[in-house]
Amino acid sequence: MDTHAALYQRCKTRLEQLKQTAPRQTVTLDEKLKENGITRREFMTWSASVTALLALPLPFTSLVSEAAELADRVPLIWLHMAECTGCSESLIRTDTPNLDSLIFDHISLEYHETLMAASGWQAEENLEHAMEAYKGNYLLAVEGAIPTANNGAFLTVGCKGHTGMHIVKEAAEGAAAIISVGTCAAFGGVQAAAPNPTGAKGVQDVINKPVINLGGCPPSEKNIVGTLMYFIMFGKLPALDMFNRPKWAYGARVHDNCERRGRFDAGEFVETFGDQGAKDGYCLYKVGCKGPYTYNNCPTERFNHHTSWPVLAGHGCIGCSEPNFWDDMADFEKPLGRQLLHGVDATADTIGAVILGATVVGIGAHAVASLFAKPLEE
Amino acid sequence: MNKRVVIDPITRIEGHLRVEVEVDENNVIKKAWSSSTLWRGIEVILKGRTPMDVGLIVQRICGVCTYSHYRCGTEAVENALDVKIPLNAKYLRSLMQTSLYMHDHIVHFYHLHGLDWVDVVSALSADPALAAQEALKYTANPIAAGEGDLRAAQERVKGLVDTGKLGPFANAYWGNRTYKFTPEQNLIALSHYLKALEVQRIAAEMLAIFGGKSPHPQSLVVGGVTSVRDMLSPARLQEWKQKHAIVQDFILRAYKADIVMAAAAFGTEPSVLGGVNVKNFMATNDFVLADGQYMFDQGVIMNGDLAGVSDIDPDSIKEDVTHAWYDADKAQHPYEGTTVPNYTGFVERDTVYGKLPTVDGDGKYSWVKSPRYKDEPVEVGPLASLLVSYARGNKVVVDSVNGLLEATGLPIEALFTTLGRTAARMLQTVIVAEEGLKTFDAMLVNMQSDESTYVTPEIDSSKDYVGHAMIEAPRGMLSHWIRIKGGKIENYQAIVPTTWNAGPVDVNGKVGPYEASLIGLELEDPSKPLEVIRIIHSFDPCMACAVHVMDYKGTSLGEFKIDPNGF
Repeated sequence: MDTHAALYQRCKTRLEQLKQTAPRQTVTLDEKLKENGITRREFMTWSASVTALLALPLPFTSLVSEAAELADRVPLIWLHMAECTGCSESLIRTDTPNLDSLIFDHISLEYHETLMAASGWQAEENLEHAMEAYKGNYLLAVEGAIPTANNGAFLTVGCKGHTGMHIVKEAAEGAAAIISVGTCAAFGGVQAAAPNPTGAKGVQDVINKPVINLGGCPPSEKNIVGTLMYFIMFGKLPALDMFNRPKWAYGARVHDNCERRGRFDAGEFVETFGDQGAKDGYCLYKVGCKGPYTYNNCPTERFNHHTSWPVLAGHGCIGCSEPNFWDDMADFEKPLGRQLLHGVDATADTIGAVILGATVVGIGAHAVASLFAKPLEE
Repeated sequence: MNKRVVIDPITRIEGHLRVEVEVDENNVIKKAWSSSTLWRGIEVILKGRTPMDVGLIVQRICGVCTYSHYRCGTEAVENALDVKIPLNAKYLRSLMQTSLYMHDHIVHFYHLHGLDWVDVVSALSADPALAAQEALKYTANPIAAGEGDLRAAQERVKGLVDTGKLGPFANAYWGNRTYKFTPEQNLIALSHYLKALEVQRIAAEMLAIFGGKSPHPQSLVVGGVTSVRDMLSPARLQEWKQKHAIVQDFILRAYKADIVMAAAAFGTEPSVLGGVNVKNFMATNDFVLADGQYMFDQGVIMNGDLAGVSDIDPDSIKEDVTHAWYDADKAQHPYEGTTVPNYTGFVERDTVYGKLPTVDGDGKYSWVKSPRYKDEPVEVGPLASLLVSYARGNKVVVDSVNGLLEATGLPIEALFTTLGRTAARMLQTVIVAEEGLKTFDAMLVNMQSDESTYVTPEIDSSKDYVGHAMIEAPRGMLSHWIRIKGGKIENYQAIVPTTWNAGPVDVNGKVGPYEASLIGLELEDPSKPLEVIRIIHSFDPCMACAVHVMDYKGTSLGEFKIDPNGF
């Protein structure tokens, strides 16, 4: 782990490198901010909030703003595989609107099937051109799982009829970094749930390069944009957890920071949806909340410009940022009890991810879990 | 000598769609094929799981019309188990749907469909002062269309163009002669494209207030809605109302005005005055206004006969797979269907781009099946919904449609066009936004005496259950069909709007709405088929939805092993 000083230096160096590259735009960020009625001060406030979001100390704020001004130098290719477009929908909901759309103007969006004007042959040309022109320098984002059964025939894209698998492998070759946006691209997602009829896999399972996994169905807009910003600032991948998810976003259990955690500790539980406990905001563990097994920043960041998150809306977490959650976390409205997750043993370094009632969680949780544990033979 | 044109990927839609057309020596389309190129098999995955999880899983069919499948799947289970949910839950579900439509239709028109109508490059040569004057012709108080706004929008896009780096605008069909707006009109629409990016976020927040997040809200359960605290909070209710006001303002002062402007500019453009060649329409009743009252009516219109609207008969719905990549020996009713994937791939042939893999029109060529109603193809969507309500004499819809016809000087026949389909979507958005406030007020009244949002569903594992739900999704009528046995899902099927519209030709040679809409269209340049894309976009394709098929019934799951616990 870099010390902050080293990290700061690394970041400065990276920004220097970026400054050396030719700008793609004639209008500076400052001018654009003015046009959109955003003061320098508001921009710096935003930068500070991104700094906080990335869990960096305050001195980094100036670097964040500088990075935003340079972001236009990073080409982005975004591929759609076996998906529902929910992750793209999450992306377009990024908050602090004018600023975020500016940031995206500053990333050169070379290919994104939902947003690009060109279609068909011309769209495919754009993809081929970008992979060639920016070889080794583009960011690759992938949304959706890769169907591998039947030689990948369950998905073809483009006039040339290439399979999704073929396209991802080719695009990964020249990518400076690869981001799997969402649980499908990261771990296979819903189409990989048993019996996985199309042999759907996460990107990391079909290529031989490091991949950043943004778990979530979909990941919040903050987690997507924050990760892009990290790469632009530091020119490297962020620190990752055991499933290659950025620690800054996926470093804590949903349960740890939950707004209803006090209710859990006090043993106050919703027994059925809509009961008095539900009206009073009691803990949702007994109606199936998977927060204790799930790593994500939903309770602190929420979704849609901090508007809400499932637990606030009275429904338990379903564990959507975890591998295999469709199988491992079901039934979604019943407590999981003490099953092992992810098929790993309860060794010391993975214990937190594995079992409710480990010492990390505390004795109260353990007692509660035992009460509602569903028998393994069920 | 006819030429083949391949368009893949059709961009600015949900999912993966290939369209191929054959043009004659005058570049007129003689044949068309619509092919979905992705299969995910969600219904196969549902088998053996608990019915209580249906909604959350089927919601992942699609993240654009997110919530539609969630609600439809949940209500199919409620129908099977005979669960009567509380009135507040109906209202909350309806308000979430209102929020979804206000988001989805705005994004569709501006960010997905808009660039088929708006020539971005032309907007760069507009005079912002003149454009500001122009905007006043279509509404008395335009939004984001003052001279300063327009100049800013222009400068912003200029920045991209001057560097030769068009980003998402690169390599499109700018300059095509079927773009009909003047530079000033293009600039107004471009400014609204940028403004809509901001407004759609606010619309998405509306859905998140009662849904927990958007996309993929998480507050519906079999038996009701979980967001009771949001419902009971005056602060949350006002938050929804404030955001509603902002979005509604944009709908009236930009979206509606832009459609009126488009009607004026494109009113004589042949390539948008066809596009409705299957004149059968179907829609279901939806949007709860009060107990038992709906915003839109249900019915079927055959052969464009508005005087002869009839009730939907669910037993007349069948799916044909003759030209889809599945095996089955006859058309099947949703409760009985079987699906065995049978992928036969593409056939190499000459195209306008050289030799390419192309669809085998005589064989199988799509992952989408062909649903039929009494053996006829049917169009679903906002246009179908408005036509059915109009034919039923629904006062709100009749006034709204007549008002638009008056404002544009167009006859009723103009609705049966690509332009009409796009205008109908806007009208539906206007109605949903306005009428949704009535639902909101009805909920406020009901809450005074009733706070219930949930009833506990009963499921007896010794009994078999069958149920279905029909709702209107943003892209049209959506139905989910379920069989439950031993307390688990035995069989599941979704018949999705885009399946009705995008399916391939059927066993009787009857062509579906997408393919039919393209016949007779003349292309300016077959290698840059903007006109095709514009017509297909007017349907608002949602391919991830369309490829959902149902699961193998009964016997062999072949190599698949179902283990609902995943252990």
